[in-house]
Formats: sequence, structure tokens, C-alpha cells
Amino acid sequence: MDIITEDYSIKYDTETSTIHWQGIMRLNGKEYNPIAELLNEIAALEPSQITLNLQKLEGLNSSGITMLGKFIFKLAKKKTIGLLIQCSKKITWQQKSVKNFQRLMPKLQIEWD
Amino acid sequence: MVKIFGEFNDKELKSREFIKLIFSPSSVPLQQRWRNNSLSADFLADYLMTLFHQDENDPKRLEKQIEIKDTISYIANELLENAMKFNDDSSPYPISIQLHLYDDRLSLCISNSIPAAKVAQFQSFINKLLSTEPQDFYIQQIETAEKDGSISSGLGLLTIIDDYGAKLGWKFENLQLLNEPNYPLYYIKNQMKWLNFWFRVRKWFVARSKNPNITIVTTMVQLAI
Repeated sequence: MDIITEDYSIKYDTETSTIHWQGIMRLNGKEYNPIAELLNEIAALEPSQITLNLQKLEGLNSSGITMLGKFIFKLAKKKTIGLLIQCSKKITWQQKSVKNFQRLMPKLQIEWD
Repeated sequence: MVKIFGEFNDKELKSREFIKLIFSPSSVPLQQRWRNNSLSADFLADYLMTLFHQDENDPKRLEKQIEIKDTISYIANELLENAMKFNDDSSPYPISIQLHLYDDRLSLCISNSIPAAKVAQFQSFINKLLSTEPQDFYIQQIETAEKDGSISSGLGLLTIIDDYGAKLGWKFENLQLLNEPNYPLYYIKNQMKWLNFWFRVRKWFVARSKNPNITIVTTMVQLAI
């Protein structure tokens, strides 16, 4: 359940239910579909909690933010899966934009390194 | 005919330090050129860094400069993605982006053509963006994208205003190609490669016969530094 390219990678660790994101993602709209599908497949496994580790995701465009936002919104409606997002203060887009995810899911936990 | 939305000021574009990139209309599919957006945005941000006074003994200042660099890279990439996505490819006008540096702020300005049929839709989006509470708008856009199964949410411009604290403005100009008899002359002066030149002239005549009305939209982002 991994997606690995030259610019970015998304790897799922089943033991800890953690999705590790790495690199720079500035994809064109529909190119995010396989990633959204991967997220849905992981949610379908019904872990009690999912962790998104974004600490090595250096760049993300607004289409990517939308993809993550939609996933978080889905989990918030589902109510059975908890969500933890691990972020880095050194990465500007995370400093600026991650706080908005809380609006979509008030119970969301955000952890800064 | 000119129409202004938000905070737009042409006179702002007189700075000592600036850089302008121009992208010719291209026949290469957008998907193949997509990477250019990110490359160009990073280039603008890197170029800006060379204009700053660097002091390795001042880590706070360096941190701030890196934040500005990342911010410019993010915003320029969003503006370029939008311009490339919504550009009217039948227009002979190029897409251009410019970055101006002032003592206390900087501005990014991007111009592209949009089809006449899309003007009203874009203007009503701008009105909604400027009049809705950002928090409400954010949730609304994600909800709608989730319901429609769509990828685009119009979140790019919202993040520029709300997350990066920038001011946004737009200028819509309706140009009539028929009233510009010197247009091919402009290209004779500016194009070095004759093949490219004939391609453009042909494209200009095709565009003129099909669509005499072209709207150029210029988006201006101003950021305090």
C-alpha cells in the first residue's frame, strides 16, 4: 500500500497505522486520485486511529490540501477512527495551513516536532 | 473596458527590483508542462533570496527570509497553476508573472486570458471569496468538493489570503483584437525565430476570426515583509 515516485512517497506502516509522507507534491488535480484511493483503502481497514506523519512533506499545493481536507472531513463524519497529524514547525506550508484541518474535525490531534 | 476587484493598484508595479517571466502560448498539453509551474515558482523564490541581505550570524533574520522564500514559492505556484488551468488557449496573448520587491512588502502579478464565457463565473467566485468569512468559506469549499467528488475547491486563493495574510486584487480587461492592427508588427519586432513567428501570426488570425473578444485577467498579490 505504498506510492513511491521521484518527487514524493507515501508509505503505510500497518503496525502503527501511520502514513508517512515525504517529498514535494504539487500535482495536477486528478493526479491526486490514486492517493485519495489509498487513503480510503486504509480507512476501510477500520483502525482505531490513523496517524498522518507529514514531517518530511516539504511542499504541498492547494489541490493536495483539498485532498487531505476531504479525507479528514470524511473521517470526522465517520466518527469511528481517530486522527493524529504529526507536523514540523520547520515547514512553512504546515505552519500556515495545518491549523485549518481542525475546523473540519474538532477532535483532530495535531502534534508538532 | 476595465473592471477591478479587491485590492488592485497598477501604480504599485514601480519598484527598483523586479523579475518578469513570460510564457508563450503553447501547443504542448498542459499535463506535460505542469512541472514548469513548480520550477518557475521555485526560481522566482530563489531569485528573490539573492536580493536580500544575508547575514549568517542573524539566525532570526535568516529564518524569516526562508519563510518569505517558501511563501513566494507556494503563492507563485498557485497563481501559475490557476493561470495555466484557466487560460484561454485560443488567445495569442502570453501568460506573464512578475515579482516586485519594495522595502516593506512585495507583490506578485500574473496575467492570463480567459474565455468570455468564464468571466461571470470567475467574478462571482471572487465576490464570494471577498465577502464570506474565511473559516466558513474553507469548510463550504471542502464540503462541496467532497460531495461532488471534485478535486478543485478554489482553496488556493483562500489560503493565500487567510493562511499567508496577503491582499488580493484583480483587473479584468476586455480587449478587442480587431482594434489592434499593429499586433502582428509587435511580433515581428519581438520574435527571433521565423517559424515561431508564422505560427503566432496564424494563431492570431484564427483567434481573431473565432473570438474577437479576449478578456485578460491580472491577479495581484501583495504581501508585507
